[in-house]
Amino acid sequence: MKKVKKEDLAAFLDRLASTRTVYAPCRDGEGTVDFQRVTGAAEIADTYGNTRLSIKRLFLPQTETLFSYRNGEDGPVFDVPARPGPAVVFGLRPCDAKSLGMLDGVFANDQYTDPYFTGRRADTVLVGLGCVEPCSTCFCTSVGGGPFDPSGLDVLLSEVPGGYLAEARTEAGASLLGGVPLLDAGSDELAAAAAVKEEATRKADTLPLAGLKERLDGAFDHPVWAKIPEKCLDCGICTFLCPTCHCFDVCDEGTAVAGSRVRIWDSCLFPLYTLHASGHNPRPTGRERYRQRVMHKFRYFVDRLGCTACVGCGRCVVNCPVNLDIRQVVGMIRDQVEAGIRP
Amino acid sequence: MNRENPYLPVPMRLEKNFVETSDRNIRTFTLSFLNQADEEAFRYLPGQFAEVFVPGKGESPFGMASSPTEPGRLKFSVNRAGVVTTALHELTEGASLGVRGPLGHPYPVEPFKGKNVVIIGGGFAFSTLRALTVYLLDRRADYGNITVVYGARSPGLLLYKEELAGWAQRDDLNLVTTVDRGEEGWTGRVGFVPAVTKEVAPPPDNTYAVICGPPVMIKFTLPVLREAGYPDERIIMNLEMRMKCGLGMCGRCNIGEKYVCKDGPVFTLAELGRLPNEF
Repeated sequence: MKKVKKEDLAAFLDRLASTRTVYAPCRDGEGTVDFQRVTGAAEIADTYGNTRLSIKRLFLPQTETLFSYRNGEDGPVFDVPARPGPAVVFGLRPCDAKSLGMLDGVFANDQYTDPYFTGRRADTVLVGLGCVEPCSTCFCTSVGGGPFDPSGLDVLLSEVPGGYLAEARTEAGASLLGGVPLLDAGSDELAAAAAVKEEATRKADTLPLAGLKERLDGAFDHPVWAKIPEKCLDCGICTFLCPTCHCFDVCDEGTAVAGSRVRIWDSCLFPLYTLHASGHNPRPTGRERYRQRVMHKFRYFVDRLGCTACVGCGRCVVNCPVNLDIRQVVGMIRDQVEAGIRP
Repeated sequence: MNRENPYLPVPMRLEKNFVETSDRNIRTFTLSFLNQADEEAFRYLPGQFAEVFVPGKGESPFGMASSPTEPGRLKFSVNRAGVVTTALHELTEGASLGVRGPLGHPYPVEPFKGKNVVIIGGGFAFSTLRALTVYLLDRRADYGNITVVYGARSPGLLLYKEELAGWAQRDDLNLVTTVDRGEEGWTGRVGFVPAVTKEVAPPPDNTYAVICGPPVMIKFTLPVLREAGYPDERIIMNLEMRMKCGLGMCGRCNIGEKYVCKDGPVFTLAELGRLPNEF
């Protein structure tokens, strides 16, 4: 295992930011940490639990122009924005990295590939930072990840006194680390890091999920769905902050002569989301909409892509205005629903 | 479909804006491709749909009312309901449009070969069924007996009236049109689709049923077919759902783990039986 000194890493990030787009967690005047484009290491927040907004907005922006059009005599002409180009994301957490791997399966499915998302993914190197101190709302271990899970990253950095252990997971990661002076880590450092990892991993395992999928398979018409979302405001903040929620709306801005098509984040908790032009709505109340959110994460996504669409980052827990806690929701299903058969 | 960027429409020209119904709420739009290459790439089958783009208003999904056996033109029959459809209704011939598609899975016209097909439709949902009927008639020798049951609330609300008159003359197609309420001059049947289906549907052996229409028609016609002995694997449905991307990514059209846009909109009743009842 290699190690990089803090000052060497900072100097490297300064050089990197002069030649490439670098995003990193930055603290604003109100103390909120979010990913921003940085010009040097000094701008990067040094301690933080996780960013307020998830990493998805760097790959699926909240609003994005898909193309612009001009409608001339020979019919409409379409113009696609240029691909943003190479970028490095520094300091993302393993949970966010894992979410991007899940979204890969959404934006390149069995039939179609979304060039905007997949283009940014292909052009971006992810340098993650393991979580020494998982937050009280974290449960990444429970959903198959972990505070030091390197699986979605190009490089995983794990903090040790004076620097970081650096583990390249991909060729792109190894190539990036080629620009950093690396030392051999000492056995005492490795042992200390392993102990930190073990403790953090244990701390983030707070939500037993065994049997949940089997229960949801038989739970579509269960009365628990009337109970669970009673206090939900349908505000959608959980879906906007969720790193795996990817639903979007597509709308046009402009006139018959010229304009653009944009996509913007949407939410399955909004009544308009599924409302037909006829007035029919297959999900008319919070009961159906909240059920959809839970079912999509813990049942439908598993059926389609083989994993739970939750990385345990806890953002929905922290930010829900009525304290509707997904951990309690899972607990209610576990306690009140028998394992069943589909649908 | 632009494989590199499936969000990009191809440019089209509005050739014809035709009022289909007496209430003037449904029009059929005939579109032509501006580029030959786009036309060649647009290979589709009945039951598939496309996103029609009205510049300045947006795009909406409609099933193709035309059959691929009618080359050079795409037809869409559109009920005026919202922003895009209202703008579409107001377009003059010659206007520029965009089309993105074809999207979704078609009716299973290959398995239909050598089999009898009964097509049951109601209201303006008949558009993709018109595409299917034309397709089967244009390859008539490949299929067994063809029965079409088509109902509307009144004679004036039937689509494709001229074409129906032509089909009524054919001896290789059993066309049964029916209306909820007759009016002066109407010589066809008066009655609801489920009852008429019960009367005229062929025996289920070696036969597929294709059904598309308003929920109430479907609700009462399915028991008729099941009672007649049609297995769920040979009852074919075409679902409607609010859609945006059409690619299985924007999320809104799912029923359980399936997306109506990319895994449908055509499903067998057996497939739907394995999904939650949320549509």
